[in-house]
Amino acid sequence: METETRWTVDQVLALAPDAASRTAGAKLAQPAPWSGTGAAGTAVWGLCKGSGSKPYQTAVDTRGPAYRCTCPSRKFPCKHALALLLLWAGGADGPIAAAGAAGASAEPEWVEQWTAARRKKEESGAGGAAGADAPRAAGPADPGAARKRADRRAVRVEGGAAELEQRLADLLRGGLAGADTAGHKAFDETAARMVDAQAPGLAARVRELGAIPATGGDWPSRMLEETALLHLLARGFLGREGLPEPLVDTVRARIGFTVDSADLLAGPTVHGQWLVLAQYDTTDDLTTRRIWLHDAAAGRFALVLSFGAAGRAPQLALPVGLVVEAELAYHPSAVPLRAALGAHRASVEAPGTIPPGTAIGPALDAYGAALADDPWLDAWPVLLTDVVPVPGPDRWQLADVAGPDAVPLTGPAPWRLAALSGGHPLTLFAELTPTGARPLTAWSPSSPAPAPTPVLA
Amino acid sequence: MGGTWDDLVGSALLGTERRRPTGVVGDAQEAAVGLLDAAAVGVVRRRAGLRPGVAGERPKPVAPDPRPEVPDAARRRLEMMLTEGGRGRQGSAPSLLELLPQWLAAARRRGFALPPALLPALLDTARARTDLRADALAVAGPRALWLAELNPEWKFALRAGSGAVSTAAAAEDAAARERLWEEGLFAERVALLTRLRQSDPAGALALLRSTWRAERAEDRLMFVDALRTGLSPADEPFLEESLADRSRNVRSTAAELLSALPSSALAARMAARARTCVSLGADGITVEAPYECDAAMERDGVAPQPPSGRGERSWWMGQLVDAAPLSVWPGRFRGRTPEQIIALPVLDEWQPDLHAAWCRAAVRQRDRGWARALLGAPSARGGPVAAIGDPAKLLAILPAGERADWVAEFVAVHGLSEAFQMLGVCAVPWSGPLGRAVVDALDIARDGGSYPWSFSGVMGLAERCLDPAAADQVGVLSAAAEEAPNGSPGASAYWSEAFQRLTGTLRLRALMLTELGETAP
Repeated sequence: METETRWTVDQVLALAPDAASRTAGAKLAQPAPWSGTGAAGTAVWGLCKGSGSKPYQTAVDTRGPAYRCTCPSRKFPCKHALALLLLWAGGADGPIAAAGAAGASAEPEWVEQWTAARRKKEESGAGGAAGADAPRAAGPADPGAARKRADRRAVRVEGGAAELEQRLADLLRGGLAGADTAGHKAFDETAARMVDAQAPGLAARVRELGAIPATGGDWPSRMLEETALLHLLARGFLGREGLPEPLVDTVRARIGFTVDSADLLAGPTVHGQWLVLAQYDTTDDLTTRRIWLHDAAAGRFALVLSFGAAGRAPQLALPVGLVVEAELAYHPSAVPLRAALGAHRASVEAPGTIPPGTAIGPALDAYGAALADDPWLDAWPVLLTDVVPVPGPDRWQLADVAGPDAVPLTGPAPWRLAALSGGHPLTLFAELTPTGARPLTAWSPSSPAPAPTPVLA
Repeated sequence: MGGTWDDLVGSALLGTERRRPTGVVGDAQEAAVGLLDAAAVGVVRRRAGLRPGVAGERPKPVAPDPRPEVPDAARRRLEMMLTEGGRGRQGSAPSLLELLPQWLAAARRRGFALPPALLPALLDTARARTDLRADALAVAGPRALWLAELNPEWKFALRAGSGAVSTAAAAEDAAARERLWEEGLFAERVALLTRLRQSDPAGALALLRSTWRAERAEDRLMFVDALRTGLSPADEPFLEESLADRSRNVRSTAAELLSALPSSALAARMAARARTCVSLGADGITVEAPYECDAAMERDGVAPQPPSGRGERSWWMGQLVDAAPLSVWPGRFRGRTPEQIIALPVLDEWQPDLHAAWCRAAVRQRDRGWARALLGAPSARGGPVAAIGDPAKLLAILPAGERADWVAEFVAVHGLSEAFQMLGVCAVPWSGPLGRAVVDALDIARDGGSYPWSFSGVMGLAERCLDPAAADQVGVLSAAAEEAPNGSPGASAYWSEAFQRLTGTLRLRALMLTELGETAP
């Protein structure tokens, strides 16, 4: 009989796209509506009685993880897949027995077909792009045409950058004071021009620039900072011939040139045991999921992004605390952080130990060094050891337990972090940003078996 | 290269047409570009050269909590209850939020601590729901108070919570007690006083007397009210003095407390007055209400001004009778028992006023004999107090078992329409007979063809109070039944859904308690 590792209930619940699905999945996680359940290898399956006459066919491949359900839900994973995994997490003695065990059903045909199709797709995907990715267009595109397209775009972006330079100079000639009263209309118009110039990264920064006067406080200083960085970016692109290649890659990425994940994964990849440090979503027009990974052995961080249309959860979900054995390909950059996730399999060999970190001083030094390479860097990952959240009159701080050093925290008051600490030092994973540290995950000092706890407020 | 960052910001604000940063040359357009170049260098220098700040004063670390953390399954249940938030009831799905009070009470009984990360959400919930606070704060423990010190939105926890924690210590230690009494917040002092009244009523009274003169009128009212706990004849002198208090509310509360002490001088004065009003004649009880409310009556807490719509004489009479010790009446009516007295006819339509006053007296004096007599047999047609008294308050005086039996019989005879408040005072979970009576009555209501939402109040109570073991009984009812012949259209389906929901909630409650290690009672 195989010894399989099953996920914990918490890890399953972390896959839920939202709180409502979590509740719905938990309610369905009882034996009554289920039949024909089983598990073999990395597949888990079952039939769930719904409101119709025909039960839903639900299957999960825990490599990935990937889901399949015949229900009409647009949630992903749906409550049936969550409930199935919750039952499975109950252990081999629970409602879902392992294949070969007494009372277990063999893999039915529909599951077999699905897993076989997945395998096939995985093998055909060069370098093993994530199973969830869309199949690549058949046949290579004409390389000559592609180059022509790229050249045409470079020219348009150059035009946009030059226009932006002119507008920024005009702005500073007349002074920022007017921007406070003028509102962000002028900025929106400039942003639209940048979209036309196929420079979405510039457009986004211009739009943010327009919002700064409304944030109050010392806005002129922040506005000059961002204007100067925008200027630096436009100039960087216009003068890219004279820059070292990694910096050119950074500039291109910041301006909005994208690189296809499959192309990246076809190149050199990095293999490792990656601990999922944090996963959180930000929403504007579309939902962006940021997943931070850390390979303690190599001392490497990686940021995997996954996107979903507005109101829909991104497909990729990796619960905090999970260890993933994965191939990653970093996007080319002067400060490689963002990576494409290639073939990966989740294992539950929980690290059990708290990852090693540093004090505040060295963390800031590393952040400074990274900023020197990528001045537009907006979030730098740090693991901090023995820090205490300290309340202040305006903002909270993070302080070394033994030394005088501190760094301000950004965002709303970090109550979950404060509750976890209780005034005691803890290990914290945070992003360092220009406005302070954003706390993401902490390891509770009072718990006998410290598990990573998300603390983003 | 340019000047300081502030210099650059100053020029940027005004524009290079008006002001140029130091060292930047050329016309306004060239200067603007020069300014941007200098600022680009400046911003990278500012950000990359960031030095650690100086830490503020670190908070005092919270003391360790020796209690074990709740089991994993129970923790997840709580997490869901807290994140499900204010979503209302819908369809046949049970609402987790309504079960939160029971979860907290059970966790408190079992002596569990909570995972720290859940405390902020729990404090937010308890802030909005006062009914949860006592249990929530007890379970949340010292770490929640530690948090509350840092967040003004959770101040309520310090008031109620340090009441629970620090008064416990203060009640033990005389010095701490006096300090808390003299320096504490109002609510802490009320909590201390109430707590002390349980263990050392005389000591508590002495503490109150030590500062009485200096207290504000609103505070005095709450302090006098706190004497309700552990009330005894030893409090009489103080209460008698308070009859002369400057505040009318303090005076009337003192009078009310004195009237709950049958041996007090005030009770004797009221008894004498009540006796002159109520007498036994040949045809039954005669009531002669007072013609005036004199100064002495007013001093003894009688409110002279009736609420609008009530005659002042019957108003005064009611106050005299409800403040007189019930022990007066058997003597007044030639040794009759309370039951016999209630059964006597009352002349000239004084019966509602007189019986209502006796009900208030029974509640105030916690007299079970009179409560039983006034309630009468539950099966009696329109029991003696149904119209005028508050049966739920009388029931609350009776022992839990007797109370449940009385309400069960009442429901069996009269149905649910009048039973809501009575059910609300019954002990949770409901006893077997009471639960069966309620479920049977719901079944009868369904057969009667009305809609279930006419009974949504009782349904809600049943979800919280029925013994989970009754789930199977209810489960049978949730199978769709035929439409009642004269029923409202579609009612049957709604009832099935309502019963399904009830069954679901009961099962969930059982599961929830099992997760917390409680075995079904």
